[in-house]
Amino acid sequence: MAQVTLTINDRKVTVDEKSTVLDAARQLNVKIPTLCHLNLHDLKINHTNASCRICMVEIDGRRNLAPSCATPVVEGMVIRTHTKRVLKSRRKVLELLVSDHPFDCLNCYKSTDCELQTLVNEFGINKNTYEGFAMSQYPVDESSKAIRRDLTKCIMCRRCETVCNNVQTVGVLTGYKRGFEAVVAPAEMKGIVDTKCTYCGQCVAVCPTAALTGISYIQDVWNAIFDDKKTVIVQTAPAIRVAIGEEFGMQPGEIVTGKLVAGLRRMGFDSVFDTNFGADLTIMEESAELIERVVKNKDLPILTSCCPGWINFLEYQFPDLLNIPSTCKSPQQMFGAIAKSYYAEKIGKKPEEIVVVSIMPCIAKKYEASRPEFAPNNVPDVDFALTTRELAKMFKEAGLDLNDLPEEQFDSPLGESTGAADIFASSGGVLEAALRTAYEKMTGKKLDKVDFVSVRGMEGVKEVTIDIGGTPLNFAITSGLGNARIVLEKIRSGESKYHGIEIMACPGGCINGGGQPFIHGDSSIIEKRMNAIYKEDSGKKLRKSHDNPSIQKLYKEYLGEPLGHKSHELLHTEYYKKHGS
Amino acid sequence: MEKFNPEPKIKTLPDELYKKLDSYIDDLSVDRKDPRKKGNLIQVLHKAQGIFGYLPEEVQVHIANRLFLHHSEVSGVISFYNYFTTTPKGKYCVSVCMGTACYVKGAEKILNEFEKMLNIKAGEVTEDLKFSIDALRCVGACGLAPVVLINDKVYGRVKLQDVKKIVEEYLVATESEKKE
Ligand code: SF4
Ligand code: SF4
Ligand code: SF4
Ligand code: FES
Repeated sequence: MAQVTLTINDRKVTVDEKSTVLDAARQLNVKIPTLCHLNLHDLKINHTNASCRICMVEIDGRRNLAPSCATPVVEGMVIRTHTKRVLKSRRKVLELLVSDHPFDCLNCYKSTDCELQTLVNEFGINKNTYEGFAMSQYPVDESSKAIRRDLTKCIMCRRCETVCNNVQTVGVLTGYKRGFEAVVAPAEMKGIVDTKCTYCGQCVAVCPTAALTGISYIQDVWNAIFDDKKTVIVQTAPAIRVAIGEEFGMQPGEIVTGKLVAGLRRMGFDSVFDTNFGADLTIMEESAELIERVVKNKDLPILTSCCPGWINFLEYQFPDLLNIPSTCKSPQQMFGAIAKSYYAEKIGKKPEEIVVVSIMPCIAKKYEASRPEFAPNNVPDVDFALTTRELAKMFKEAGLDLNDLPEEQFDSPLGESTGAADIFASSGGVLEAALRTAYEKMTGKKLDKVDFVSVRGMEGVKEVTIDIGGTPLNFAITSGLGNARIVLEKIRSGESKYHGIEIMACPGGCINGGGQPFIHGDSSIIEKRMNAIYKEDSGKKLRKSHDNPSIQKLYKEYLGEPLGHKSHELLHTEYYKKHGS
Repeated sequence: MEKFNPEPKIKTLPDELYKKLDSYIDDLSVDRKDPRKKGNLIQVLHKAQGIFGYLPEEVQVHIANRLFLHHSEVSGVISFYNYFTTTPKGKYCVSVCMGTACYVKGAEKILNEFEKMLNIKAGEVTEDLKFSIDALRCVGACGLAPVVLINDKVYGRVKLQDVKKIVEEYLVATESEKKE
């Protein structure tokens, strides 16, 4: 691609001709503030509507200031990023934003993690210059178990709309009304619970302010921990161990499994277990299902079912395909079901005396935990699902700094796992884990090379053909619901030639879940988390789910066979057609 | 083929009106692969409001499905334009001009008076569907400011005390209809 050279603050820089002034400035490490703009290159997500005007710069020969996020570079351009005029204009933009924004950072969900607050702080704005003028008022939407919407904090950047409508193609959010009254909201200003929202939380992940956040269960979990009558156990999803370090100033991609365990134990959980155990169990069941369907050539392609965001998408928008996903519950729910049956019996407790808390990278898991079919006799299998961010807050509240904690081991038996479970966190991982087991079960031979590298990576749609004992099987791996839509439409139209498809709602997989530490526009963080996940896997002695001794024991003592009667009762589910705007 | 948006459980508006709208949409031959290409939405909403008189949720969802759009998008566009309304108009639609000339001559007070008398706000309709109130942009009769329209009939230089008389005039009309 052709290159152009321009000058920014008296320094020359050469960039490719498709760049914006903002891209060029970043290449020079010149910081220009942004609020509405979002460009996640690695995930191919770009939102440039240039509405906030905070990123203005001065360009020689142009009368007006220009928004750097939306101004293409031109050969020989001369740009200044912090002249008197620029700073004055940015300050005005901020003052106007603040004039329609509550000044209540002290009790705000996003305090210290808000892009608006950061800028207001950097600009030293400490009062509402336009105090007394109108301020928009909206009731807080807490209609769901998962997403909290507080539109008084909305700055109309419309990132959420791009993500929900264009990236995820869910289509829940729209610009509603105009002028001062304008907000981003569901059709007819409905509560989110009356829409076809999947609770993927990707809108939460990109919202610069606290207008969109998750519903918090921190207090409920503290209450359970301090309740002597309850046995409180915790499971932690694979994606947490490669991300939570970021909340404690560590480098993205730092693996903190052992410290995480130590922290959870010190917080007061009675046992510290691993969702990885549930993931290994999922593979036992799902690979058996895959083999059965391939052998019978029935209900193909089989779709993975461990992502509740994607399952919601299916139930609302593809109800004609309800019969093809795997019937396996997600690892979170498999863990919960086993904890409140097998494990409860082992420790001599009733299910209602045990509280299962799960730490998830995900907002949809909060919703999933509340699905009525996962609460036999009204006792939920998973009581509370917290996000990575919520756990980090609880650690801080308890004075626990991950940096200072020793490395400890998960408890037995629900803490034992293999590398196959770790990779669930990343797009391609569930399929790879299933292949490691399916290969050995189908061929009866030992699989020496367990790495199926062709299914890995950040690409939104990956297609692979894998030879299993002479049978070539076609698979697709998609992440992001817009990409899922592409393959689902193919199934509908009969064009699909796949035997199996892995679908994750979040672009890149759970490592980029709606509950993870905010990346604030730096998508290279996702890739670092992904690399860490594969590192964690390759460091494990056991890397195939069926080699997990605790899983083997569980089948021997309790479940019998994969897809057997007991498994069906505890580990499988069904899907429902749902309605929403 | 499944719909983008689930159909509302009960459709309350008459079938023949839906048929009228459908035949209009059929003629547009919308491309499912690129439904926004021709920008049909505004046109269709305009037509639909002509047919139904207003654009309630059931009509919105129907249009969304026929044009392969999400309901949210249809709803967003409707909310953006003052011209579109999601509440039915009354038999007698009171339109108060709020253009500059009328405003200066006290249109707001006139509007408030209508709101008080009919016990509804601008944009709303009375429970018996007899009266609705709209606040309009300039209707172009500034010489008569402040101007009020009841359906197509124009009332000029309206004074506060006229409001009661005007409302009563139509109340009487509806009463005599009842007797017939
Ligand atoms: S809700 Fe958040 S992401 Fe959406 S427009 Fe408002 S501030 Fe932006
Ligand atoms: S959670 Fe996902 S589906 Fe729901 S509004 Fe946000 S982006 Fe859309
Ligand atoms: S991809 Fe993972 S984090 Fe995202 S919705 Fe699905 S399960 Fe949750
Ligand atoms: S960041 Fe460029 S206009 Fe908002």
